[in-house]
Amino acid sequence: MFLKIAFRNILRNGRRSLMTLLAIAVGGVAIVLFGEFVGFVQASLETNAVQNVGHLTVFRRGFFDYGAGDPAGFGIANYEEVTGLVENDPEIRPLLDVITPTVSLSGVIGNFEIDTSKTFLGTGYVPADREKMQRWDEHGVAQRRVLQDSGLRADDESRGVVGVGLARVLGLCAPLHIADCPPRPAPTTWVAANAGAAPDVPRESIDTEAAAKADIPRLDMLAATANGAPNVMSLYVTRAEPQGARELDDNVVVMSFALAQKLLYGRGERQATGLVLQLHRTEDLTHVRGRLEALFQAHGLDLEVRDFAERQPFYRQAVGMFSAIFLFIALIMGMIVLFTVVNTMGTSVVERTSEIGTARAMGLRRTGVRRLFVLEGSILGAFGATAGVATGQIVAMAFNRAGATWTPPGSAAPVPLEVLTAHAGGLLAGVWVGLVVMATIAAVVPANRAARLQVVDALRHV
Amino acid sequence: MTPLTNEDAVVSFHEVGKVYDDEGLRVTAVKNVSFDIPRKRFAMIVGPSGSGKTTLLNLVGCIDTPTSGRLEVCGQDTGALDDRALTDFRSKNVAFVFQGFNLFPVLTAYENVEYPLLLLGVGGAERRERTLAMLDSVGLADKGRHRPNQLSGGQKQRIAIARALVKNPALVLADEPTANLDTHTGAEIIALMRKVQREHSASFVFSTHDPQLMSHADETFVLRDGELFDHRAREAS
Repeated sequence: MFLKIAFRNILRNGRRSLMTLLAIAVGGVAIVLFGEFVGFVQASLETNAVQNVGHLTVFRRGFFDYGAGDPAGFGIANYEEVTGLVENDPEIRPLLDVITPTVSLSGVIGNFEIDTSKTFLGTGYVPADREKMQRWDEHGVAQRRVLQDSGLRADDESRGVVGVGLARVLGLCAPLHIADCPPRPAPTTWVAANAGAAPDVPRESIDTEAAAKADIPRLDMLAATANGAPNVMSLYVTRAEPQGARELDDNVVVMSFALAQKLLYGRGERQATGLVLQLHRTEDLTHVRGRLEALFQAHGLDLEVRDFAERQPFYRQAVGMFSAIFLFIALIMGMIVLFTVVNTMGTSVVERTSEIGTARAMGLRRTGVRRLFVLEGSILGAFGATAGVATGQIVAMAFNRAGATWTPPGSAAPVPLEVLTAHAGGLLAGVWVGLVVMATIAAVVPANRAARLQVVDALRHV
Repeated sequence: MTPLTNEDAVVSFHEVGKVYDDEGLRVTAVKNVSFDIPRKRFAMIVGPSGSGKTTLLNLVGCIDTPTSGRLEVCGQDTGALDDRALTDFRSKNVAFVFQGFNLFPVLTAYENVEYPLLLLGVGGAERRERTLAMLDSVGLADKGRHRPNQLSGGQKQRIAIARALVKNPALVLADEPTANLDTHTGAEIIALMRKVQREHSASFVFSTHDPQLMSHADETFVLRDGELFDHRAREAS
């Protein structure tokens, strides 16, 4: 009966109830759409990070903080044994998608045909593993993206990819067909005077396949080996790839693992600077990390494990920023719902004062009055939230079908703009519950006012 | 007036006073009245406007509390009960018939009559049986599905009477129950109340100006300036 009375009281002033429902529903739509957009952004950032650096990376202890200055000195000598140890662990194996060694290094890269060189940050990957990693898409956010060739070749370790900024600096705009490349200014006097001079490193010593790859631009990389000796290797650049940030664009070199090993270790023992693990699901990250640390400790290995958020601080910052904006918007929408319901229920209490007095005179307890108005607020919230969540989800699906694109933070090229509808069950449930709770809380204040009314005063109310 | 025993009195006033304090302005509505209202009678509280009739009725109905004295309703000292207990006491023992009918507009006639039984926690089958019987008793068995706005003034008051009596209260209070009705309908309502009062052996206490209603009084308590001015009783038939 209470439910029936609550329903009928809501329907009693249809227009006012409709406006309240609309306010709640609009709030719901806004929170759902923005929440699903934030979900998409976070999933995209995570996917991008996991495709590039995996979920976890095993380093020799100290590499993460100090290895940039001496990558060869922090190598994992027995990386194949460590790989086997991880791959064969019964806890990790079913959760593991890829485990692959990498080499990180830095040095100088130059195009001696135009006598230009620059420092670089390089990473060596196993080409097949790199391609497999780039297919990771747990959240289904990369389905509409065209998967680009990694630019690496298993059968040709000398192939690689550079950042578009680095390609521009080293004069590769034309051969790599880079768009929007400004014309190269005239060389300085010193460069002009030395144009055509022999490079410091004899070209004959590094140029072994030039004739076979005449149509692929070649760069030469100089790096210090583990024992401090200079080492030079050639890189045939198959593609320039935007990195999303100028400092990366101007410095990144992606090469094959074998080439990076040769460059960093020369004739010495070939090591890896990191072991990248990509899991099937991100939710297993904490478990696998704990298991790896236990495994390394048990085997006396001086290794440490870092996750992708530590390796790419931008991920955490961006997720934090979007989460804060989402909370802010949700809070504003919640306040709008709160004040709308308080206003509606407050008006209802005033209009029904005499009825409250009658019910109290007949024996309805104060708690009964309070329960009735709170129930009405909850019903308003439930209907408004249902309408909002359903409409939001329909609008979101329609938006996804529209095929919009945008350039997210950390990305250089436009990507499909979507909202994450596929795994949004938690968000939808959360928004629904949040709106209902907010509407219920909002009804408590007028409900208390109604419950505190003196029966005689309420009956006298006109 | 000779005091009645507890068994004979449905209401006993013992030096009951009521003073309203309206933002510093003290108004004495009832001045230390002491009298009993006998059970199972048609009792009228009459008097000019401002004499304290409605205040007295509110005190008897336990929807207002005396500022002094002791008031017993159905043998219960109402001053000993807190708000919750007083509410439950009203629910079980006291029913109201209001001048403006005060039916719930969102409920049908049937649901309005059923409502007090819900507050008492009466089971579904018994509730239905008693509600239908009460509607039949007031001659509105065919109007159960109607909302109050689909009923005439007389029909509304009949529903209000049915709602008051459905829980078999010991005491029915009616504040000017015929004031909003024409003479003919008022007479019908009085006759109906007389009939159900006899059928249910309930005690009725009215506050009224209506001479037509006053002519049916078994007991008449005349108030003037908050004091009991006169009491007239008709011999029980």
